[in-house]
Amino acid sequence: MKSVSLSIDGKKITAKEGTKILRAALENDIYIANLCAIKDKAEPNAACRLCFVEIEGEEEPVTACTREATDGMVVNTRGERALELARTGFELLMASHPVDCANCPANGVCELQKIAKHIGGKLKTKRFRQLLRELPIDDSNPLFTYDPNKCVLCGRCVWVCRQRKETALLGFAHRGFKRVVTTFAGEPIGAERCLDCSACVEVCPTRALAFKGGEKGLGYRGWVV
Amino acid sequence: MKAAERAAVADAFKEIKERAESRWRELWHNKPVIMVGTATCGRAAGALEVLQTFRDEVKKRNLDCPVIEVGCMGHCYAEPLVIISKPGYPPICYGYVNPVIAERLLKEFVLGDNPCPEFVIGALEENDIVPSFTDFPRAQYEQKIILKNCGHTDPTEIDHYIAGGGYSALAKALEMTPEDIVDEVKKSGLRGRGGAGFPAGLKWEYCRNTRGRPKYIICNADEGDPGAFMDRSILESDPHSVIEGMIIAGYATGARYGYIYVRAEYPLAVERTQIALTQAKKFRLLGNHILGSSFNFDIILFQGSGAFVCGEATAMAASIEGKPGTPRARPPRMTTEGLFGKPTVVNNVKTLAFVPPIIRNGAGWLKSTGTKESSGTAVFALAGKIVNTGLVEVPMGTTLRQIIYEVGSGIPGGKRFRAVQIGGPSGGCLPEPALDLPVDFDSLRDAGAMMGSGGMVVLDEDDCMVEIARYFLEFTQRESCGKCTFCRLGTKQMLEVLNDFTLGQGKIEDIDSLERLAEEVKAGSLCGLGQTAPNPILTTLRYFREEYEEHILMGRCPALMCRQLIAYYILPDKCERSCDACVGSCTVEAISANKKRIKVIDQEKCVKCGTCLAACPPQYNAVVKLSPPSEVPKK
Ligand SMILES: Cc1cc2nc3c(=O)[nH]c(=O)nc-3n(C[C@H](O)[C@H](O)[C@H](O)COP(=O)(O)O)c2cc1C
Ligand code: SF4
Ligand code: SF4
Ligand code: FES
Repeated sequence: MKSVSLSIDGKKITAKEGTKILRAALENDIYIANLCAIKDKAEPNAACRLCFVEIEGEEEPVTACTREATDGMVVNTRGERALELARTGFELLMASHPVDCANCPANGVCELQKIAKHIGGKLKTKRFRQLLRELPIDDSNPLFTYDPNKCVLCGRCVWVCRQRKETALLGFAHRGFKRVVTTFAGEPIGAERCLDCSACVEVCPTRALAFKGGEKGLGYRGWVV
Repeated sequence: MKAAERAAVADAFKEIKERAESRWRELWHNKPVIMVGTATCGRAAGALEVLQTFRDEVKKRNLDCPVIEVGCMGHCYAEPLVIISKPGYPPICYGYVNPVIAERLLKEFVLGDNPCPEFVIGALEENDIVPSFTDFPRAQYEQKIILKNCGHTDPTEIDHYIAGGGYSALAKALEMTPEDIVDEVKKSGLRGRGGAGFPAGLKWEYCRNTRGRPKYIICNADEGDPGAFMDRSILESDPHSVIEGMIIAGYATGARYGYIYVRAEYPLAVERTQIALTQAKKFRLLGNHILGSSFNFDIILFQGSGAFVCGEATAMAASIEGKPGTPRARPPRMTTEGLFGKPTVVNNVKTLAFVPPIIRNGAGWLKSTGTKESSGTAVFALAGKIVNTGLVEVPMGTTLRQIIYEVGSGIPGGKRFRAVQIGGPSGGCLPEPALDLPVDFDSLRDAGAMMGSGGMVVLDEDDCMVEIARYFLEFTQRESCGKCTFCRLGTKQMLEVLNDFTLGQGKIEDIDSLERLAEEVKAGSLCGLGQTAPNPILTTLRYFREEYEEHILMGRCPALMCRQLIAYYILPDKCERSCDACVGSCTVEAISANKKRIKVIDQEKCVKCGTCLAACPPQYNAVVKLSPPSEVPKK
């Protein structure tokens, strides 16, 4: 397979032809904020809208997870316009996220904290009004709980669940602001259909899916392997 | 295609055409024909009762007078519409017909000699008896290409379509090479009528040149914009024109299957399209070996659930595949990886309906109509504060003023023009100075609006621009699929701010932050829904910013529309002592008479329903709306 050479933040990089910028960057230890990208999934979800970067010669920032790296491309992940958009997207998420880090099992390993730091976004945003969904927490599973209020709808859990099971348990329901990750037919997450593999918990960036007992053992995984 | 195959196609079509023409001639031979417009707009006004009356009367009297159903002529303001064609007379169109008028038309015109001028809308040809459509000012501006057959033929009779020249473009196309057809469509300058105006020929070429089989053509008839109904109207009135366009598109791109994606809420369009497909198949215009050639093409009618976002091409493909209808990132383009991962062309109903006349008349013919960059005509659904609501088809480049004042006959009730909302939820509101804008894809985009679906809502002095923006945003917010952050949460945040404005709440700085967020939602969203949802906000902010400011700074709604910002007040010097029409009309008993028998509204009790304003007799007109409510004089 052919490879392409590009530069990201001044660093020279080679990548296989067809590789997306996000992947090329992450594999070369250049972090770009992302929540919905999944390493083993070829088609990007392109849903979180945090991975904006600037490309030399292009007016508008682009999402790094959807754009292929090409030969000679010059990428800037720290451009102000791209970061500005990423911050807005991030703060929109935070305005609908119950922020209580001190009492959250994710504290310290939370990807939202990591992203806030990286792009200079605020965890407690003043720019937008707080719009919480106030959905019930599901703790029917013996191993883990699911708090939909913390979910950022990245879709990682839905994807891993589909990889493990013929008929997936997790999926999305409803439209617009009401969109949620839910189980098949809305049954409790502890129902028979769940294999208790807890793969979904491992990939959740916000601990919306969190192990009971509050262990923080797994640490930051980011980018699903 | 080999010469023998070409000859076979020509022969096969000749036979079909001759049969259709002879049936058509027979229909009109020496007898009156009654045509009732029974598209959805006609039915809503009672066309089926009118149809039944004509049928009963004709049967009762044993007349040789066919009564046929036709589609929508576009004069929706005057439904139900009936055309009577009688030897010795021009075909005459009657409006606002009801069963009583129908009986009279039958007795006095069909059986007698009185064409009943009092019910005439216009004759279809010039004559000395009654006024004709060509005498209307609008005739000078209208030019019907894709609405030509609508309302004049029976959509359930393929012979009517063929007798009028239908399917001759397909027969001609099959004798051309696919490359020549793509070329012809490219040269015609045809741009997609689904909203964005992408060149159709180029899209076809991408698909044709991409490897992967089977390829697909999708006809987009989702039509989710609340103000638009032209695609429904075309499928109900002239489905074969769309089907013929699709078959040609299939041949040109090398596609094997077509899907017509129509919303299930359009039952009549579904029914008539299904009938048309069955007939086309029976005539071997569809299916295997079309017209005896080696070309095979099938069309499947798919009924969508009616989500607005499913009108977006990638969401539509997902929906047909049985997956949730959410958009995906592009590239890959649909022409590279579309339906079931195969090269796919998605075209709007109207785009496809343009194809047969282009092939019949040549690329130059379409180019001769419209503007340099937007050839052909545009179809608009006129609605709102306009006299002639309905469908109009005018050349691209016609000005908004001509469309609204000449074709649409202006604003009723002597009210002042305020703005025109074009393109529905993805479009924008344009002010008075934009009226002289020649309308085409690019001029509208430059003005901040969009051709979109072609909805055109005229707004007058009683319409509040902040409320209009809020109304459309409420729609897009509800219809957002919720997949991506900016659209899911950004539209919700913007809606909250707009809700506050219509209540007179919020701070002046909120206007700037709303504008900034609107720009960012536009830039940051994944699909066209989120990318265009801010347009109604951005255009009203651009052209009517002072109205926002009045709402916030003065608690005043200049159009007197936002309920929280107005109060009803009875002008003491206009109120008539002996009248108490308003008192009884008020459902919450907020109105009473004072010592001088002048009526007074108790502002504490008033729920601002406005019935008193309607109840006050026009000779007094004593009830008025005041904004802000503090304008109500204190005793
Ligand atoms: C939210 C959304 C809704 C859409 N709805 C429609 C629709 O109802 N009908 C339509 O033809 N195109 C619609 N489109 C545009 C389609 O994605 C696509 O561009 C179009 O069907 C292509 O056809 P054309 O090239 O003939 O215009 C919509 C796009 C978006 C983003
Ligand atoms: S539960 Fe966690 S992994 Fe699943 S979509 Fe929500 S944030 Fe993502
Ligand atoms: S822009 Fe809106 S409709 Fe489109 S993918 Fe994002 S959330 Fe869904
Ligand atoms: S990682 Fe690119 S949009 Fe989520």
